[in-house]
Amino acid sequence: MFKFLEQLGNYFLLLKKVFSKPEKPYVYYKQTMHEMVFLGFNSVGIITVISFFMGAVITLQTAYNTENPIYPTYLIGLGCRDSILLEFSSTITGLILAGKVGSSIASEIGTMRVTEQIDALETMGVNSASYLILPKIIATIVFNPFLTLISISVGIVGGWIAGTSAGVITSQDYIYGIQYAFIPYYVTYAIIKTLVFAFIITTVSAFHGYKVEGGSLEVGQASTKAVVHSSILILLFNVILTQLLLS
Amino acid sequence: MIRVIKLNKSFNDQPVLSDISVTFEPGKTNLIIGRSGSGKTVLLKSIVGLHEIDNGEIWYDDILFNKLDFKGKKEIRREIGMLFQGSALFDSLTVEQNVKFPLDMFTEKSEEEKVDRVNFCLARVNILNANKLLPSELSGGMKKRVAIARAISLNPKYLFCDEPNSGLDPLTAILIDELIKELTEEYSMTTIVNTHDMNSVMKIGEKIIFLSDGIKCWEGSNKEILNSDNIPLNDFVFANALAKQLRSSLKQG
Repeated sequence: MFKFLEQLGNYFLLLKKVFSKPEKPYVYYKQTMHEMVFLGFNSVGIITVISFFMGAVITLQTAYNTENPIYPTYLIGLGCRDSILLEFSSTITGLILAGKVGSSIASEIGTMRVTEQIDALETMGVNSASYLILPKIIATIVFNPFLTLISISVGIVGGWIAGTSAGVITSQDYIYGIQYAFIPYYVTYAIIKTLVFAFIITTVSAFHGYKVEGGSLEVGQASTKAVVHSSILILLFNVILTQLLLS
Repeated sequence: MIRVIKLNKSFNDQPVLSDISVTFEPGKTNLIIGRSGSGKTVLLKSIVGLHEIDNGEIWYDDILFNKLDFKGKKEIRREIGMLFQGSALFDSLTVEQNVKFPLDMFTEKSEEEKVDRVNFCLARVNILNANKLLPSELSGGMKKRVAIARAISLNPKYLFCDEPNSGLDPLTAILIDELIKELTEEYSMTTIVNTHDMNSVMKIGEKIIFLSDGIKCWEGSNKEILNSDNIPLNDFVFANALAKQLRSSLKQG
């Protein structure tokens, strides 16, 4: 318990150091653009593939669970849309990014720590925490909502292709279903969750990387901790945000 | 000039440095020598503020460094160049970007001026036509020289080198030593070098302090070191067979 509180305190102290005035805004801007490509744009591929199959599976599962003729078939499209919007695109994308981006951030910063690159920054008079972490936070907070929107779109398309190919729903019914009783607030809800998850993934992973002591073994352990802790926090905040935003 | 007065540092209640007092003079190559684990790196990192000291004073000219806040330390650190044991070049940046980094962060120079300065610093350390290479494409000696170029890019008043010869062959090590000495004299820097390489000690050690188990045991120059009667120092200096032979020859006259 004491160790947990100590870690929590260190996490907030690191955040305080991160959110201080940048030395040279232009250098930070360049770094942020680089991180947007590295952490955001480079994740488009994996998000697209996962979302496509996610949408396909949701559609097929919904179809096989609503085979009763009482239910109109357009409900398959509606169910697919709402599942993707409310849960899968933001949460599953968050968990995937916790694995991909989180481990990358923790190992990058951890390696910089054990190879004295962070010490080199500090010796120069650079606020290493701010220089290394702030651009990553900004990049993921700006870019991840786009990833979620891509995930939603691709998931719905995946559901449509799978549903019509398997013959469980007609194209017309699916399109009617995804338009039926649409609540725009669900998109806002998904984006809010994405923003919180992006912040969790980046800061928790950066914290584990920044606090590494030792060598390559410890960097690996930090990377694993980053993924595990980010994923647990994403699931925890998923519950909290759902209660706060949908109740 | 850097003055250290009664510096103490411990980790988890285990003392690592005890009552270290020493003055490092400008324009001279000051060496901290000692066995592995004697506290050399801790002392160097304490002087640059990477380790918080338990008590004592660290003066940069007339500024009490260890009592400064983060902003105050930042100002001093802009006058510090440091060469780390593993070079600590930024992996994702090219040689040119590494050397240009301090200029980007702390100067208002135009891009052209910065590139000129980078080329000057790289030429000064004899690195030519390597601007676009990544650190992973460089040899150990080249990495050290690029790290020196980065350390001097802002014309520092103080240069710190943590085991600059580690992992280098003897000839490259001599080149690095000579470069450090030349730069120190050229820019009148206060240079502090951590080493356990006796070649460096004899070649560039204008002022030497010897640490043993975190205690300063001896202070002098490379001219005095061979004639010292300090036992821990003699054990360190004459540790290898060649040095032992040399010592017995000296004793026999």
